[in-house]
Amino acid sequence: MEYNDMELMISLASRYLEDDSIVVVGTGAPCAAAMLAQKLYSPRLMIMFEAGGIGPMLPSMPISVGDSRTFYRALAASSMPDIMETCQRGLVDYTFLGGAQIDQYGNINSTMIGKEYNTPKVRFPGSGGANDLGSLCWKTMMITPQDPRRFTEKIDFLTTPGYLTGPGAREEAGLPPGSGPYKVITNLCVIGFDEETKRMKVESMHPGIKKENIIENTGFELLWAEDLGESEPPKKEELKVLRNEVDPYRYIIGRS
Amino acid sequence: MDNFNDLMKERSVTYKPAGVGKIYTDPDADKARAYFRDVKPRKMTEKLTTVDKVVKDLIKDGDYLGVGGFGANRIPTAVLHEILRQKKKNLGLAGHTATHDFQILTAGKCIDRCDIAYIIGLEARGLSKVARQAVESGSIDITEWTNAALTWRYKAAAMGVSFLPVRCMLGTDTEKFSASMEMECPFTGAKYLAVPALYPDVGIIHVHRSDVYGNCQIDGIMVADQDLARAAKKLIITTEKLVPNDVIRRDPSRTAIPYYLVDAVIEVPFGCYPGNMAYEYFSDEDHLREWMRVENDPEEFAAFLDRHIYSVKDFNGYLDSIGGMARLQELRNLETLIEK
Repeated sequence: MEYNDMELMISLASRYLEDDSIVVVGTGAPCAAAMLAQKLYSPRLMIMFEAGGIGPMLPSMPISVGDSRTFYRALAASSMPDIMETCQRGLVDYTFLGGAQIDQYGNINSTMIGKEYNTPKVRFPGSGGANDLGSLCWKTMMITPQDPRRFTEKIDFLTTPGYLTGPGAREEAGLPPGSGPYKVITNLCVIGFDEETKRMKVESMHPGIKKENIIENTGFELLWAEDLGESEPPKKEELKVLRNEVDPYRYIIGRS
Repeated sequence: MDNFNDLMKERSVTYKPAGVGKIYTDPDADKARAYFRDVKPRKMTEKLTTVDKVVKDLIKDGDYLGVGGFGANRIPTAVLHEILRQKKKNLGLAGHTATHDFQILTAGKCIDRCDIAYIIGLEARGLSKVARQAVESGSIDITEWTNAALTWRYKAAAMGVSFLPVRCMLGTDTEKFSASMEMECPFTGAKYLAVPALYPDVGIIHVHRSDVYGNCQIDGIMVADQDLARAAKKLIITTEKLVPNDVIRRDPSRTAIPYYLVDAVIEVPFGCYPGNMAYEYFSDEDHLREWMRVENDPEEFAAFLDRHIYSVKDFNGYLDSIGGMARLQELRNLETLIEK
Protein backbone atom coordinates (compact mmCIF):
# COMPACT_ATOMS: atom_id res chain seq x y z
CA MET A 1 0.00 0.00 0.00
CA GLU A 2 1.24 3.49 -0.86
CA TYR A 3 2.05 5.87 1.99
CA ASN A 4 4.01 9.07 2.51
CA ASP A 5 6.77 9.99 5.01
CA MET A 6 4.40 11.66 7.44
CA GLU A 7 2.06 8.67 7.51
CA LEU A 8 5.04 6.40 8.10
CA MET A 9 6.43 8.50 10.97
CA ILE A 10 3.05 8.87 12.67
CA SER A 11 2.34 5.13 12.39
CA LEU A 12 5.74 4.21 13.83
CA ALA A 13 5.37 6.68 16.71
CA SER A 14 1.88 5.43 17.57
CA ARG A 15 3.21 1.93 18.27
CA TYR A 16 5.42 3.13 21.13
CA LEU A 17 2.60 4.59 23.23
CA GLU A 18 1.45 1.74 25.44
CA ASP A 19 -1.95 1.44 27.02
CA ASP A 20 -2.59 2.97 30.43
CA SER A 21 0.26 5.43 30.10
CA ILE A 22 0.19 9.23 30.07
CA VAL A 23 1.44 11.37 27.19
CA VAL A 24 1.64 15.14 26.87
CA VAL A 25 1.40 16.21 23.23
CA GLY A 26 1.38 19.37 21.18
CA THR A 27 -0.39 20.00 17.90
CA GLY A 28 0.53 18.32 14.63
CA ALA A 29 2.16 14.93 14.12
CA PRO A 30 2.51 14.04 17.83
CA CYS A 31 -1.19 14.65 18.40
CA ALA A 32 -1.98 12.50 15.35
CA ALA A 33 0.29 9.71 16.68
CA ALA A 34 -1.43 9.78 20.07
CA MET A 35 -4.89 9.76 18.48
CA LEU A 36 -3.91 6.85 16.22
CA ALA A 37 -2.49 4.92 19.19
CA GLN A 38 -5.71 5.50 21.12
CA LYS A 39 -7.87 4.23 18.28
CA LEU A 40 -5.79 1.15 17.45
CA TYR A 41 -3.47 0.05 20.21
CA SER A 42 -3.98 1.88 23.49
CA PRO A 43 -7.61 2.84 24.05
CA ARG A 44 -6.87 3.96 27.60
CA LEU A 45 -3.86 6.11 26.67
CA MET A 46 -4.28 9.36 28.61
CA ILE A 47 -3.62 12.40 26.41
CA MET A 48 -2.80 15.71 28.08
CA PHE A 49 -2.10 19.18 26.71
CA GLU A 50 0.17 21.63 28.49
CA ALA A 51 -2.45 24.40 28.72
CA GLY A 52 -4.69 22.19 30.88
CA GLY A 53 -6.66 19.72 28.73
CA ILE A 54 -6.83 16.25 30.33
CA GLY A 55 -8.24 13.20 28.55
CA PRO A 56 -10.34 14.87 25.80
CA MET A 57 -12.36 12.95 23.26
CA LEU A 58 -10.68 14.84 20.44
CA PRO A 59 -13.26 15.65 17.78
CA SER A 60 -10.59 16.89 15.35
CA MET A 61 -7.02 18.15 15.27
CA PRO A 62 -6.45 21.07 17.62
CA ILE A 63 -4.91 24.22 16.08
CA SER A 64 -3.49 25.30 19.43
CA VAL A 65 -2.52 23.28 22.52
CA GLY A 66 -4.93 25.55 24.36
CA ASP A 67 -7.91 25.62 21.99
CA SER A 68 -11.24 24.17 23.07
CA ARG A 69 -10.66 20.91 21.17
CA THR A 70 -7.97 20.02 23.72
CA PHE A 71 -10.57 19.68 26.47
CA TYR A 72 -13.60 18.68 24.40
CA ARG A 73 -15.63 16.17 26.44
CA ALA A 74 -12.48 15.79 28.57
CA LEU A 75 -12.02 14.24 32.00
CA ALA A 76 -10.78 17.57 33.29
CA ALA A 77 -10.25 21.11 32.07
CA SER A 78 -7.36 22.00 34.31
CA SER A 79 -4.48 24.47 34.16
CA MET A 80 -0.92 24.83 32.97
CA PRO A 81 0.58 24.71 36.49
CA ASP A 82 -1.39 21.49 37.14
CA ILE A 83 -0.05 19.81 33.99
CA MET A 84 3.54 20.99 34.52
CA GLU A 85 3.43 19.92 38.19
CA THR A 86 2.11 16.51 37.13
CA CYS A 87 5.17 16.21 34.89
CA GLN A 88 7.44 17.34 37.72
CA ARG A 89 5.89 14.80 40.13
CA GLY A 90 6.87 12.02 37.73
CA LEU A 91 3.46 10.95 36.45
CA VAL A 92 3.92 11.66 32.75
CA ASP A 93 5.45 8.81 30.75
CA TYR A 94 5.84 10.26 27.27
CA THR A 95 6.13 13.55 25.48
CA PHE A 96 6.90 14.62 21.93
CA LEU A 97 9.11 17.54 20.93
CA GLY A 98 10.34 19.18 17.76
CA GLY A 99 13.01 21.71 16.92
CA ALA A 100 15.21 23.42 14.37
CA GLN A 101 18.37 21.58 15.43
CA ILE A 102 19.17 18.41 17.37
CA ASP A 103 22.55 16.94 18.36
CA GLN A 104 23.78 13.39 18.98
CA TYR A 105 22.67 13.51 22.65
CA GLY A 106 19.14 14.57 21.73
CA ASN A 107 19.60 18.19 22.85
CA ILE A 108 17.18 20.43 20.98
CA ASN A 109 17.31 24.01 19.73
CA SER A 110 14.04 25.87 19.21
CA THR A 111 15.27 29.32 20.26
CA MET A 112 17.59 30.85 17.67
CA ILE A 113 20.08 30.42 14.85
CA GLY A 114 23.20 32.55 14.98
CA LYS A 115 26.12 33.39 17.21
CA GLU A 116 24.86 36.37 19.21
CA TYR A 117 21.94 35.83 21.55
CA ASN A 118 20.82 39.45 21.37
CA THR A 119 21.05 39.75 17.59
CA PRO A 120 20.27 36.29 16.25
CA LYS A 121 20.27 35.47 12.56
CA VAL A 122 16.89 33.85 13.01
CA ARG A 123 14.79 33.97 16.14
CA PHE A 124 12.29 31.17 16.88
CA PRO A 125 9.53 31.12 19.49
CA GLY A 126 11.77 29.74 22.26
CA SER A 127 11.12 26.92 24.69
CA GLY A 128 7.42 27.32 25.24
CA GLY A 129 6.76 24.19 27.24
CA ALA A 130 9.39 22.11 25.42
CA ASN A 131 12.18 22.50 27.97
CA ASP A 132 9.76 21.70 30.79
CA LEU A 133 8.43 18.56 29.11
CA GLY A 134 11.91 17.41 28.02
CA SER A 135 13.20 18.00 31.56
CA LEU A 136 10.34 16.45 33.50
CA CYS A 137 8.60 13.70 31.49
CA TRP A 138 10.12 10.21 31.63
CA LYS A 139 10.57 9.55 27.93
CA THR A 140 10.94 12.18 25.23
CA MET A 141 10.25 11.36 21.60
CA MET A 142 10.72 13.36 18.41
CA ILE A 143 9.05 13.13 15.01
CA THR A 144 11.21 15.07 12.59
CA PRO A 145 12.57 15.19 9.06
CA GLN A 146 16.25 14.24 8.95
CA ASP A 147 18.83 16.40 7.17
CA PRO A 148 22.40 17.48 7.96
CA ARG A 149 21.42 21.02 8.95
CA ARG A 150 18.89 19.78 11.47
CA PHE A 151 20.95 16.83 12.77
CA THR A 152 24.05 18.77 13.64
CA GLU A 153 27.21 18.30 15.67
CA LYS A 154 26.81 21.61 17.48
CA ILE A 155 23.43 23.23 18.02
CA ASP A 156 23.42 27.05 18.17
CA PHE A 157 21.36 27.21 21.36
CA LEU A 158 20.52 24.42 23.81
CA THR A 159 16.83 25.08 24.47
CA THR A 160 15.71 21.69 25.74
CA PRO A 161 17.92 19.12 27.44
CA GLY A 162 18.57 15.76 25.89
CA TYR A 163 21.41 13.87 27.55
CA LEU A 164 23.40 17.17 27.56
CA THR A 165 27.08 16.09 27.30
CA GLY A 166 26.59 12.38 27.87
CA PRO A 167 26.17 9.81 30.64
CA GLY A 168 25.35 11.31 34.04
CA ALA A 169 25.10 14.88 32.74
CA ARG A 170 21.35 15.26 33.27
CA GLU A 171 21.64 14.06 36.86
CA GLU A 172 24.64 16.32 37.43
CA ALA A 173 22.66 19.31 36.17
CA GLY A 174 19.90 18.52 38.66
CA LEU A 175 17.38 17.06 36.21
CA PRO A 176 15.27 14.13 37.43
CA PRO A 177 17.24 10.86 37.20
CA GLY A 178 15.98 8.27 34.75
CA SER A 179 14.38 10.75 32.37
CA GLY A 180 15.53 11.74 28.88
CA PRO A 181 15.28 11.19 25.13
CA TYR A 182 13.82 7.86 24.07
CA LYS A 183 13.19 7.66 20.31
CA VAL A 184 13.71 9.93 17.34
CA ILE A 185 11.49 8.99 14.43
CA THR A 186 12.58 10.50 11.12
CA ASN A 187 11.68 10.10 7.47
CA LEU A 188 14.69 7.74 7.12
CA CYS A 189 14.94 5.66 10.28
CA VAL A 190 14.09 5.06 13.92
CA ILE A 191 16.81 6.17 16.31
CA GLY A 192 17.22 5.22 19.96
CA PHE A 193 19.90 6.18 22.48
CA ASP A 194 22.86 3.99 23.41
CA GLU A 195 22.67 2.88 27.03
CA GLU A 196 26.38 3.49 27.70
CA THR A 197 27.22 6.62 25.74
CA LYS A 198 23.73 8.21 25.57
CA ARG A 199 24.42 8.89 21.88
CA MET A 200 21.98 8.38 19.04
CA LYS A 201 21.87 4.83 17.73
CA VAL A 202 19.97 3.82 14.63
CA GLU A 203 17.60 0.95 15.45
CA SER A 204 15.84 0.39 12.15
CA MET A 205 15.95 1.80 8.62
CA HIS A 206 12.78 2.52 6.71
CA PRO A 207 11.99 0.39 3.64
CA GLY A 208 14.17 1.41 0.68
CA ILE A 209 16.58 3.47 2.80
CA LYS A 210 20.28 2.60 2.82
CA LYS A 211 22.91 3.33 5.46
CA GLU A 212 24.55 5.95 3.25
CA ASN A 213 21.25 7.86 2.89
CA ILE A 214 21.16 8.20 6.65
CA ILE A 215 24.85 9.07 6.99
CA GLU A 216 24.69 11.84 4.39
CA ASN A 217 21.68 13.34 6.14
CA THR A 218 23.32 13.46 9.56
CA GLY A 219 25.89 16.04 10.68
CA PHE A 220 27.46 13.81 13.33
CA GLU A 221 28.55 10.22 13.73
CA LEU A 222 25.73 7.81 14.46
CA LEU A 223 25.91 4.50 16.29
CA TRP A 224 24.22 1.49 14.70
CA ALA A 225 22.34 -1.26 16.47
CA GLU A 226 23.78 -4.74 16.03
CA ASP A 227 20.39 -6.09 15.08
CA LEU A 228 19.72 -3.23 12.69
CA GLY A 229 16.48 -4.13 10.96
CA GLU A 230 13.91 -2.64 8.66
CA SER A 231 11.16 -0.45 10.10
CA GLU A 232 7.76 -2.02 9.71
CA PRO A 233 5.84 0.12 7.20
CA PRO A 234 2.36 1.45 8.03
CA LYS A 235 -0.20 -1.29 8.25
CA LYS A 236 -3.41 -1.11 6.21
CA GLU A 237 -5.40 -0.59 9.38
CA GLU A 238 -3.13 2.26 10.52
CA LEU A 239 -3.48 4.09 7.22
CA LYS A 240 -7.22 3.59 7.17
CA VAL A 241 -7.74 5.04 10.64
CA LEU A 242 -5.17 7.80 10.12
CA ARG A 243 -6.76 8.93 6.84
CA ASN A 244 -10.41 8.50 7.73
CA GLU A 245 -10.63 9.25 11.42
CA VAL A 246 -7.53 10.99 12.74
CA ASP A 247 -6.76 13.47 9.96
CA PRO A 248 -9.57 13.39 7.37
CA TYR A 249 -8.69 16.89 6.10
CA ARG A 250 -5.02 15.91 5.68
CA TYR A 251 -3.82 18.86 7.80
CA ILE A 252 -0.84 16.84 8.99
CA ILE A 253 -0.45 13.93 6.61
CA GLY A 254 -0.88 16.28 3.65
CA ARG A 255 2.32 18.13 4.64
CA SER A 256 4.58 15.31 3.55
CA MET B 1 15.97 10.99 62.37
CA ASP B 2 19.22 11.70 64.24
CA ASN B 3 21.34 11.27 61.17
CA PHE B 4 19.05 13.55 59.27
CA ASN B 5 19.36 16.23 61.96
CA ASP B 6 23.16 15.96 61.85
CA LEU B 7 23.03 16.35 58.12
CA MET B 8 20.87 19.43 58.46
CA LYS B 9 23.40 21.07 60.78
CA GLU B 10 26.12 20.73 58.18
CA ARG B 11 24.04 22.11 55.42
CA SER B 12 23.57 25.71 54.55
CA VAL B 13 21.65 26.60 51.44
CA THR B 14 23.87 27.85 48.66
CA TYR B 15 22.72 29.86 45.69
CA LYS B 16 24.66 30.51 42.56
CA PRO B 17 23.73 32.74 39.68
CA ALA B 18 22.74 30.58 36.76
CA GLY B 19 21.63 33.08 34.17
CA VAL B 20 22.83 36.37 32.72
CA GLY B 21 19.32 37.68 32.01
CA LYS B 22 17.63 40.60 33.70
CA ILE B 23 14.81 40.53 36.22
CA TYR B 24 12.33 43.15 34.99
CA THR B 25 10.03 43.10 38.01
CA ASP B 26 10.81 43.29 41.72
CA PRO B 27 10.41 39.82 43.32
CA ASP B 28 10.45 41.25 46.88
CA ALA B 29 7.46 39.68 48.68
CA ASP B 30 7.42 42.26 51.48
CA LYS B 31 7.22 45.17 49.06
CA ALA B 32 4.36 43.37 47.35
CA ARG B 33 2.66 42.80 50.71
CA ALA B 34 2.94 46.51 51.48
CA TYR B 35 1.42 47.32 48.08
CA PHE B 36 -1.44 44.89 48.60
CA ARG B 37 -1.99 46.32 52.11
CA ASP B 38 -1.91 49.98 51.13
CA VAL B 39 -3.29 50.12 47.60
CA LYS B 40 -5.51 47.13 46.86
CA PRO B 41 -9.11 47.99 47.82
CA ARG B 42 -11.00 45.41 49.88
CA LYS B 43 -14.41 46.96 49.51
CA MET B 44 -16.82 45.10 47.26
CA THR B 45 -17.76 48.03 45.09
CA GLU B 46 -18.94 48.28 41.53
CA LYS B 47 -15.92 48.41 39.21
CA LEU B 48 -17.55 48.90 35.83
CA THR B 49 -15.65 51.07 33.41
CA THR B 50 -14.80 51.26 29.70
CA VAL B 51 -11.84 49.91 27.75
CA ASP B 52 -10.83 53.41 26.74
CA LYS B 53 -10.86 54.68 30.32
CA VAL B 54 -9.18 51.63 31.87
CA VAL B 55 -6.19 51.84 29.53
CA LYS B 56 -5.92 55.58 30.21
CA ASP B 57 -6.19 55.18 33.99
CA LEU B 58 -4.54 51.87 34.84
CA ILE B 59 -1.80 51.34 32.24
CA LYS B 60 1.12 53.74 32.31
CA ASP B 61 3.99 53.90 29.85
CA GLY B 62 6.71 51.60 31.16
CA ASP B 63 4.36 49.24 33.02
CA TYR B 64 4.97 45.48 32.93
CA LEU B 65 1.97 43.47 31.68
CA GLY B 66 0.77 39.92 32.25
CA VAL B 67 -1.80 38.77 29.69
CA GLY B 68 -4.23 35.94 30.43
CA GLY B 69 -5.35 33.06 28.25
CA PHE B 70 -3.12 31.05 25.95
CA GLY B 71 -1.78 32.61 22.79
CA ALA B 72 -4.91 33.35 20.82
CA ASN B 73 -7.30 31.58 23.18
CA ARG B 74 -9.29 33.68 25.68
CA ILE B 75 -7.01 36.72 25.30
CA PRO B 76 -8.21 40.25 26.17
CA THR B 77 -8.00 41.58 22.62
CA ALA B 78 -10.05 44.74 23.26
CA VAL B 79 -7.58 46.05 25.85
CA LEU B 80 -4.57 45.12 23.68
CA HIS B 81 -5.98 47.09 20.74
CA GLU B 82 -6.72 50.08 22.94
CA ILE B 83 -3.09 50.02 24.15
CA LEU B 84 -2.12 50.49 20.49
CA ARG B 85 -4.67 53.26 19.90
CA GLN B 86 -3.43 55.15 22.95
CA LYS B 87 0.17 54.58 21.77
CA LYS B 88 1.43 53.24 25.08
CA LYS B 89 5.22 52.91 25.09
CA ASN B 90 8.04 50.97 26.74
CA LEU B 91 5.82 48.29 28.19
CA GLY B 92 7.23 45.08 29.61
CA LEU B 93 5.55 41.75 28.87
CA ALA B 94 5.49 38.26 30.32
CA GLY B 95 5.83 36.33 27.05
CA HIS B 96 4.08 33.32 28.53
CA THR B 97 2.51 31.43 25.60
CA ALA B 98 2.29 34.82 23.90
CA THR B 99 1.22 34.43 20.29
CA HIS B 100 -1.40 36.80 18.86
CA ASP B 101 -1.12 39.03 21.94
CA PHE B 102 2.63 39.45 21.29
CA GLN B 103 1.88 39.99 17.60
CA ILE B 104 -0.55 42.82 18.43
CA LEU B 105 1.77 44.55 20.90
CA THR B 106 4.80 44.38 18.59
CA ALA B 107 2.67 45.68 15.69
CA GLY B 108 2.13 48.81 17.80
CA LYS B 109 5.79 48.93 18.91
CA CYS B 110 4.51 49.05 22.48
CA ILE B 111 6.98 46.78 24.27
CA ASP B 112 10.68 47.23 25.01
CA ARG B 113 11.34 44.24 27.28
CA CYS B 114 10.03 40.72 27.47
CA ASP B 115 10.39 37.62 29.60
CA ILE B 116 10.29 34.95 26.91
CA ALA B 117 8.79 31.54 27.18
CA TYR B 118 7.05 31.50 23.81
CA ILE B 119 6.81 34.46 21.44
CA ILE B 120 6.75 35.27 17.69
CA GLY B 121 5.01 32.06 16.66
CA LEU B 122 1.31 31.34 16.38
CA GLU B 123 1.72 27.63 17.04
CA ALA B 124 0.66 25.48 14.07
CA ARG B 125 -0.17 28.63 12.04
CA GLY B 126 3.46 29.67 11.58
CA LEU B 127 5.60 32.65 12.59
CA SER B 128 4.76 36.36 12.63
CA LYS B 129 7.23 38.27 10.47
CA VAL B 130 6.80 41.60 12.24
CA ALA B 131 7.09 40.08 15.71
CA ARG B 132 10.16 38.21 14.59
CA GLN B 133 11.85 41.32 13.21
CA ALA B 134 11.13 43.17 16.45
CA VAL B 135 13.16 40.59 18.36
CA GLU B 136 15.86 39.91 15.75
CA SER B 137 16.64 43.63 15.44
CA GLY B 138 17.42 43.78 19.15
CA SER B 139 14.76 46.45 19.74
CA ILE B 140 13.28 44.43 22.59
CA ASP B 141 15.33 43.51 25.65
CA ILE B 142 14.80 39.82 26.40
CA THR B 143 15.32 37.23 29.10
CA GLU B 144 14.77 33.54 28.47
CA TRP B 145 12.36 31.28 30.44
CA THR B 146 9.92 28.45 29.81
CA ASN B 147 6.14 28.16 30.08
CA ALA B 148 6.39 26.27 33.38
CA ALA B 149 9.00 28.70 34.75
CA LEU B 150 6.80 31.73 34.03
CA THR B 151 3.73 29.92 35.37
CA TRP B 152 5.64 29.12 38.56
CA ARG B 153 6.98 32.68 38.78
CA TYR B 154 3.33 33.83 38.83
CA LYS B 155 2.62 31.12 41.38
CA ALA B 156 5.44 32.29 43.69
CA ALA B 157 3.96 35.80 43.60
CA ALA B 158 0.47 34.39 44.13
CA MET B 159 1.80 32.48 47.16
CA GLY B 160 3.41 35.64 48.52
CA VAL B 161 6.97 34.30 48.41
CA SER B 162 9.89 35.77 46.47
CA PHE B 163 10.95 32.62 44.62
CA LEU B 164 10.16 28.95 44.01
CA PRO B 165 12.53 26.00 43.50
CA VAL B 166 11.81 24.16 40.24
CA ARG B 167 13.39 21.35 38.19
CA CYS B 168 13.14 22.60 34.63
CA MET B 169 15.67 24.60 32.58
CA LEU B 170 18.67 23.05 34.37
CA GLY B 171 21.76 22.38 32.26
CA THR B 172 20.60 24.36 29.21
CA ASP B 173 21.19 27.67 27.41
CA THR B 174 17.61 28.52 28.37
CA GLU B 175 18.91 28.56 31.95
CA LYS B 176 22.04 30.49 30.96
CA PHE B 177 20.05 33.35 29.41
CA SER B 178 17.45 33.45 32.19
CA ALA B 179 17.67 35.33 35.48
CA SER B 180 17.49 32.25 37.69
CA MET B 181 19.77 30.95 40.42
CA GLU B 182 20.85 27.40 41.17
CA MET B 183 20.34 26.27 44.74
CA GLU B 184 20.61 23.24 46.95
CA CYS B 185 17.62 21.86 48.83
CA PRO B 186 18.30 22.36 52.56
CA PHE B 187 16.56 19.04 53.34
CA THR B 188 17.80 16.63 50.67
CA GLY B 189 20.76 18.36 49.07
CA ALA B 190 19.14 18.04 45.64
CA LYS B 191 19.91 20.72 43.09
CA TYR B 192 17.08 23.08 42.13
CA LEU B 193 16.60 26.15 40.04
CA ALA B 194 15.26 29.14 41.96
CA VAL B 195 12.95 31.30 39.85
CA PRO B 196 11.99 34.76 41.09
CA ALA B 197 8.40 35.75 41.83
CA LEU B 198 6.78 37.70 39.00
CA TYR B 199 4.43 40.47 40.11
CA PRO B 200 3.20 42.23 36.92
CA ASP B 201 2.19 45.88 37.29
CA VAL B 202 -1.00 45.09 35.41
CA GLY B 203 -2.72 41.79 34.68
CA ILE B 204 -5.34 41.67 31.91
CA ILE B 205 -7.67 38.67 31.72
CA HIS B 206 -10.74 37.90 29.60
CA VAL B 207 -13.35 35.69 31.30
CA HIS B 208 -16.71 34.16 30.47
CA ARG B 209 -18.69 35.77 33.29
CA SER B 210 -18.16 38.45 35.89
CA ASP B 211 -20.44 40.37 38.20
CA VAL B 212 -20.05 44.14 38.58
CA TYR B 213 -17.65 43.63 41.50
CA GLY B 214 -15.25 41.39 39.57
CA ASN B 215 -16.18 37.94 40.84
CA CYS B 216 -15.33 35.86 37.77
CA GLN B 217 -16.08 32.48 36.27
CA ILE B 218 -13.95 30.90 33.52
CA ASP B 219 -15.24 27.91 31.54
CA GLY B 220 -12.74 25.29 30.45
CA ILE B 221 -9.00 25.43 31.07
CA MET B 222 -7.60 28.11 33.39
CA VAL B 223 -4.12 28.14 31.79
CA ALA B 224 -2.13 30.23 34.36
CA ASP B 225 -4.83 32.78 35.03
CA GLN B 226 -5.65 31.96 38.63
CA ASP B 227 -2.03 32.61 39.58
CA LEU B 228 -1.70 35.62 37.27
CA ALA B 229 -4.83 37.17 38.83
CA ARG B 230 -3.30 36.80 42.28
CA ALA B 231 0.19 37.94 41.26
CA ALA B 232 -0.83 41.12 39.41
CA LYS B 233 -0.68 44.41 41.30
CA LYS B 234 -3.56 45.77 39.25
CA LEU B 235 -6.03 43.51 37.49
CA ILE B 236 -8.26 44.39 34.55
CA ILE B 237 -11.09 42.00 33.69
CA THR B 238 -12.93 41.98 30.40
CA THR B 239 -15.91 39.65 30.37
CA GLU B 240 -18.07 38.10 27.66
CA LYS B 241 -21.08 38.75 29.85
CA LEU B 242 -21.89 40.70 32.97
CA VAL B 243 -24.03 38.61 35.29
CA PRO B 244 -25.92 39.38 38.51
CA ASN B 245 -24.03 38.68 41.71
CA ASP B 246 -26.59 35.94 42.35
CA VAL B 247 -25.14 33.85 39.50
CA ILE B 248 -21.83 33.80 41.36
CA ARG B 249 -23.40 33.03 44.76
CA ARG B 250 -25.51 30.20 43.35
CA ASP B 251 -22.37 28.24 42.43
CA PRO B 252 -19.39 29.56 44.41
CA SER B 253 -17.21 26.56 43.53
CA ARG B 254 -16.95 28.07 40.05
CA THR B 255 -15.38 31.38 41.08
CA ALA B 256 -11.91 31.45 39.54
CA ILE B 257 -11.15 35.06 40.47
CA PRO B 258 -12.75 36.71 43.52
CA TYR B 259 -13.59 40.45 43.47
CA TYR B 260 -10.82 41.64 45.82
CA LEU B 261 -8.19 40.83 43.18
CA VAL B 262 -9.93 42.95 40.57
CA ASP B 263 -9.57 46.68 39.86
CA ALA B 264 -11.78 47.11 36.81
CA VAL B 265 -14.52 45.22 34.99
CA ILE B 266 -15.65 45.81 31.40
CA GLU B 267 -18.22 43.83 29.47
CA VAL B 268 -16.80 43.04 26.01
CA PRO B 269 -18.87 40.54 24.01
CA PHE B 270 -16.70 38.51 21.61
CA GLY B 271 -13.82 40.05 23.57
CA CYS B 272 -11.14 37.54 22.61
CA TYR B 273 -11.87 37.67 18.86
CA PRO B 274 -9.99 36.60 16.67
CA GLY B 275 -9.11 34.03 19.30
CA ASN B 276 -11.03 30.99 20.48
CA MET B 277 -13.38 31.44 23.46
CA ALA B 278 -14.22 27.98 24.74
CA TYR B 279 -17.90 27.04 24.35
CA GLU B 280 -18.65 30.44 22.77
CA TYR B 281 -16.84 30.92 19.43
CA PHE B 282 -13.91 29.46 17.53
CA SER B 283 -10.85 31.37 16.35
CA ASP B 284 -11.08 33.28 13.06
CA GLU B 285 -8.37 31.46 11.17
CA ASP B 286 -9.00 33.48 7.99
CA HIS B 287 -8.37 36.75 9.80
CA LEU B 288 -5.24 35.45 11.56
CA ARG B 289 -3.92 34.16 8.22
CA GLU B 290 -4.66 37.52 6.61
CA TRP B 291 -2.81 39.31 9.45
CA MET B 292 0.26 37.12 8.89
CA ARG B 293 0.08 37.57 5.12
CA VAL B 294 -0.04 41.38 5.13
CA GLU B 295 2.95 41.47 7.50
CA ASN B 296 5.06 40.75 4.42
CA ASP B 297 4.39 44.20 2.99
CA PRO B 298 4.90 47.18 5.33
CA GLU B 299 2.46 49.40 3.43
CA GLU B 300 -0.23 46.78 3.28
CA PHE B 301 0.32 46.02 6.95
CA ALA B 302 0.01 49.68 7.95
CA ALA B 303 -3.25 49.93 6.02
CA PHE B 304 -4.46 46.71 7.65
CA LEU B 305 -3.73 48.02 11.15
CA ASP B 306 -5.36 51.30 10.29
CA ARG B 307 -8.48 49.61 8.97
CA HIS B 308 -8.91 47.26 11.93
CA ILE B 309 -7.39 49.12 14.89
CA TYR B 310 -6.26 52.73 14.50
CA SER B 311 -9.18 54.13 12.51
CA VAL B 312 -11.93 52.43 14.51
CA LYS B 313 -13.32 53.98 17.66
CA ASP B 314 -13.49 50.88 19.80
CA PHE B 315 -13.63 47.08 19.81
CA ASN B 316 -17.11 47.01 18.31
CA GLY B 317 -15.64 48.97 15.41
CA TYR B 318 -13.08 46.19 14.97
CA LEU B 319 -15.79 43.54 14.99
CA ASP B 320 -17.70 45.52 12.36
CA SER B 321 -14.55 45.77 10.25
CA ILE B 322 -14.18 41.98 10.05
CA GLY B 323 -17.75 41.28 8.99
CA GLY B 324 -19.73 41.99 12.12
CA MET B 325 -22.38 39.73 13.54
CA ALA B 326 -22.66 37.57 10.41
CA ARG B 327 -19.02 36.49 10.70
CA LEU B 328 -19.22 36.14 14.48
CA GLN B 329 -22.21 33.89 14.15
CA GLU B 330 -20.23 31.62 11.82
CA LEU B 331 -17.49 31.41 14.43
CA ARG B 332 -20.08 30.64 17.12
CA ASN B 333 -21.38 27.79 14.99
CA LEU B 334 -17.86 26.44 14.42
CA GLU B 335 -17.47 26.21 18.19
CA THR B 336 -20.86 25.04 19.36
CA LEU B 337 -22.07 22.84 16.51
CA ILE B 338 -18.87 20.86 16.35
CA GLU B 339 -20.76 17.56 16.15
CA LYS B 340 -23.77 18.85 14.22
